Amino acid sequence: MLGVRPRPTPVVLQGLPRLPWAWGVAGLIALVVSCCVGVLVGPVHISIGTVARALLGLPVDQGQANILWSLRIPRVVLGALVGGTLAICGAAYQGVFRNALADPYLLGAAAGANLGATLAIALAPGTSVLGVNLVPFAAFLGAGAAVAGAYALGRTVTGLRTGTGLILAGVAIAAFFNSIQMYVQQAQSGSIRQVYAWILGRLVTAGWDGVLLILPYVVLSAVVIFLHRRLLDALMVGEDEVTSLGISVRRVRLAVVIAATLGTAAVVAVGGTIAFVGIIIPHTIRLLVGRSYRVVVPLSILFGAAFLVLADTAARTIVSPAELPIGVITAFVGAPFFIAVMRSTRMAAL
Amino acid sequence: MSGVVLSGLSVAYDGDPVVTDLDFKVASGEWVSLIGPNGAGKTTVLRAIAGLVPSGGDIHIGEEPANRLGAREISRRVAMLVQEPHIPAGMTVAQYVLLGRSPHLGYLGKEGSHDRHVVAEILRRLSLDSMAARAIENLSGGERQRAAIARALAQQAPVLLIDEPTTSLDIGRQQEVLELVDELRAEQGLTVIAAMHDLTLAGQYSDRLAFLVRGRLVAIGPPAEILTEPSIAEHYRARVQVMPMNGSGTAVVPVRR
Repeated sequence: MLGVRPRPTPVVLQGLPRLPWAWGVAGLIALVVSCCVGVLVGPVHISIGTVARALLGLPVDQGQANILWSLRIPRVVLGALVGGTLAICGAAYQGVFRNALADPYLLGAAAGANLGATLAIALAPGTSVLGVNLVPFAAFLGAGAAVAGAYALGRTVTGLRTGTGLILAGVAIAAFFNSIQMYVQQAQSGSIRQVYAWILGRLVTAGWDGVLLILPYVVLSAVVIFLHRRLLDALMVGEDEVTSLGISVRRVRLAVVIAATLGTAAVVAVGGTIAFVGIIIPHTIRLLVGRSYRVVVPLSILFGAAFLVLADTAARTIVSPAELPIGVITAFVGAPFFIAVMRSTRMAAL
Repeated sequence: MSGVVLSGLSVAYDGDPVVTDLDFKVASGEWVSLIGPNGAGKTTVLRAIAGLVPSGGDIHIGEEPANRLGAREISRRVAMLVQEPHIPAGMTVAQYVLLGRSPHLGYLGKEGSHDRHVVAEILRRLSLDSMAARAIENLSGGERQRAAIARALAQQAPVLLIDEPTTSLDIGRQQEVLELVDELRAEQGLTVIAAMHDLTLAGQYSDRLAFLVRGRLVAIGPPAEILTEPSIAEHYRARVQVMPMNGSGTAVVPVRR
């Protein structure tokens, strides 16, 4: 019939990357289980029944309710936010820099946050801004300043034609910030222990303040990275090839770096510079599930969150009542696990 | 209708002129191959047309001056097959070819059923449908080149730029790839501009040859006029014999002293 377009038959195009539902479910289960463990484990015994009643809003013992609602649950939520954010920011950095070794601290975010926190701890101990400790603010600003500095430097020096110039600028900025941080730390040796504990990572718990403080940045960062999944996949082909597909590598890189920096700066502000999560979680998912960012981004959020909640639970339990820095746990447990995954899969996938 | 017109095209890398004052027209549906010794600027001309390097002078794609088109608009008119496509680890053929739909998507857009339909058709046309779910890194050289062509076709651009399409392919795969490009050109009215090393193949498949030497155009015309022993001897500093073959162009054969 003239003028009537035949209804197109539904096309089945094999081989498109999809998030395998089994892995999605596994990630959710891992997150839920790790959160349960995080809520149940602690110096005061609280039974599963009590937790369930509290979550359902049924009356429970006031003391236990206080521990749950103002200590354990906020801490678990904070750990999940920090872990998920570090993992997707790591994945995003690996994507835009096409560099398997990239982590969220690549452009100096850690050095900047450490300097900011050290200055706040050493020079203005105990100061509060709007009722919140100054340290997270200083760390957030330091991280943002370091990455902005690296970006500006990379832009003037190399014109951003390649990611390498930006990475080198990040290395220079990080070294510079580290030197100042070391100087302040040595000059104010009274606070050295506190500074060191901060650098190795420790979730700040002050009820829900930490969670509320970082939530907007973390959500914004995750949403932007999530929307860039297709473009991160496109960046897996060569630079000329992506450009000839009408995609501006610089624009993608700038958008993703800004998003990842916001997220990283926020979580570093409340958790310190927790190492390794941004590298092992995305790479483990690449090795076990697939390399497409349509798979790596959502699973990184789930497994990164689960991993950090467990690591934090271990950190506050092993030498209880003292706490180990989380960075110690993430590296001590994460490194052997990662090596085991690498040995059991084809390394070629990296 | 999309021909390509270059007028006074010049490209410099870090101040060193690589292509100087180049003028020529490629008609819509025509196949013009760029030939010339290493460093003649063949690849650079292609990169300039694709908007990958800043250039002086003027490039018209169809009716439009390329310098008024954004990167995405150029990518809807010009598809480029680079000499050595980067093979992304773990990416399937289908996903790789689907990347070719990027020019038709918004910045954060997602491929729709129309895009998947286009890709499925192209995969079938190029006999890649049975390999759609395979990882591209596991394909042979000839299959990879076909996948790269499929990705370029998915752009649905009227102009196809090809940089050394036969590098690292055996002689059978070389013919296969060039035949495929020629068939697609006929079917879809593509304008083809190719940088070619192999002068015999260049002569066999092209309507015209543009002979570049050190960034300048020294001759342009039908293969029989361009592929002459004196000019190849002069510009390539090679000893060759040019032999007419019955109905199959001319063979350029190296001669050992």
